[in-house]
Amino acid sequence: MSDDRTAVKNPVRLRAIGFNPRANPYAAWGSFIVLVILWQIGSSTGFISELAMPSPVAVGKALWQLIVSGELWVHLAASAQRLAVGWVLGTVAGLTVGFLIGMFSWARSPGVALVSALFPIPKIALLPLFIIWFGIGEPSKFATIGFGVFFPTVINTFSGVDNVARNLIRMGQSFDLSTWSIVRKIILPGALPTILSGFRISSSIAIILLVAAEMIGAQYGIGALILSAGNLYQTDQLIAGVVVLSLLGLSVSWLLGRLDKWLLSWR
Amino acid sequence: MRLEISGVSHRYDQMEALRDIDLTIEPGEIVALIGPSGCGKSTLLSIIGGMLQPSEGQVSASGAVPEGCLNPLTYVFQDFALLPWRTVAGNISLVLEDHKLSKVERAARIDEVLAQTGLSDFRNAYPKQLSGGMKQRVGIARALAVRPAVLLMDEPLSALDAQTRILLLDEFSALFARTGMTAVYVTHNLNEAVRLAHRVVALRRRPGTIKEIHTIDVPIDQRHEGDPQIAAHEAALWELIRDEAIAADKELEHVG
Repeated sequence: MSDDRTAVKNPVRLRAIGFNPRANPYAAWGSFIVLVILWQIGSSTGFISELAMPSPVAVGKALWQLIVSGELWVHLAASAQRLAVGWVLGTVAGLTVGFLIGMFSWARSPGVALVSALFPIPKIALLPLFIIWFGIGEPSKFATIGFGVFFPTVINTFSGVDNVARNLIRMGQSFDLSTWSIVRKIILPGALPTILSGFRISSSIAIILLVAAEMIGAQYGIGALILSAGNLYQTDQLIAGVVVLSLLGLSVSWLLGRLDKWLLSWR
Repeated sequence: MRLEISGVSHRYDQMEALRDIDLTIEPGEIVALIGPSGCGKSTLLSIIGGMLQPSEGQVSASGAVPEGCLNPLTYVFQDFALLPWRTVAGNISLVLEDHKLSKVERAARIDEVLAQTGLSDFRNAYPKQLSGGMKQRVGIARALAVRPAVLLMDEPLSALDAQTRILLLDEFSALFARTGMTAVYVTHNLNEAVRLAHRVVALRRRPGTIKEIHTIDVPIDQRHEGDPQIAAHEAALWELIRDEAIAADKELEHVG
């Protein structure tokens, strides 16, 4: 042992390095700016042909045109309304069915079987059917979006209800709380984190179906705008429409983030 | 309130958990249920409070409940069972909201139990901000808020560290001595049993039956850590359940 004390001291090497990525908001914004600058340089130098891909400046001009002519707002209002109505319809129905499946044996097996069978169908394939049922107007688009949102919401809601700690429900029962109190004060808040994270998935599904439905049959809407621009090979307007869609998605996700912060402040 | 357990047996599928349990819990009495894991002590506590239907036999209650009692048989849980989205006061309020109490009465009850458990300064804290000991104090406060006739305590100190356990044990003993509470206290810790209980019921395992009922006639407020009399009771109880504990330790879990 005494020899060890006089021997050369080697510092112990730190080995727990990495595997711990951190967020950096500046890098997030910076990545957009770098991408747009590279894209503009590519276009200006002729490396990217104007035919294949319009330059950022051209896209900006097209977007500005849409804004000042007022055309953009017409399209955006039509899309936003479809998105909101369709998503709310699908979500309310999905939450209801999800809670029934999560809480009652009679609803469970039939509910899970039907949802499993119908969930994988691409809802856009049913649009012609919805047009026959509900007409070519708005209701068929609401139905497409609503159905698309309904199934993932059901699955998410009942798995959220399943994951509510049983000991909390037992606690409620042991204090003789009414069933309604247990649902409202224990199950609903317990399932809420899962339900809210499901909203992110269902809202992106809603946007995808919105555009698809508008491309099949609509006069106004971002999907219709993109389709008509594409038909005329107005690629600058097409990209402008895509940018608007991306912004729409970001706004929805920001709103859901606020909702998370507000409802889940206890976490 | 007197609780009478008569001829209670319970089986889970093939496994016989409890057989022919007869036991009476007198008003003002603290009864500890001890025994190794798998002896059915928690099962018995669930049956006593009406959280589990026994396969045979029944539990009956008789006698008066305290004034203002909202939930005669009230549990204190090992894992606290607090709602993480409610504050300390909110968790206590939860069990009062379903009853016809005026807002003033409800607030008064909450203030009272918070003061009793030393939680008045923590009323707006969320459970995740509290230590284990504080969480269990909230569990106790919540149970006291409904003015129970019998407290059913399911290993209330098992999830806590050793130091906190000593502190809470003293608080429990003071509470029982002060209020003359009736309680059934499930534990696998013999020290807790001899500190708190008038009678200690030792259970045998597979199937759970009563092996022996051990009476401790020292008043609860005169029992202290390291008291030779109490230590003697603890040693006697250990003799009683030692073989059972060894058997439980060596047993393999049934797979599937």
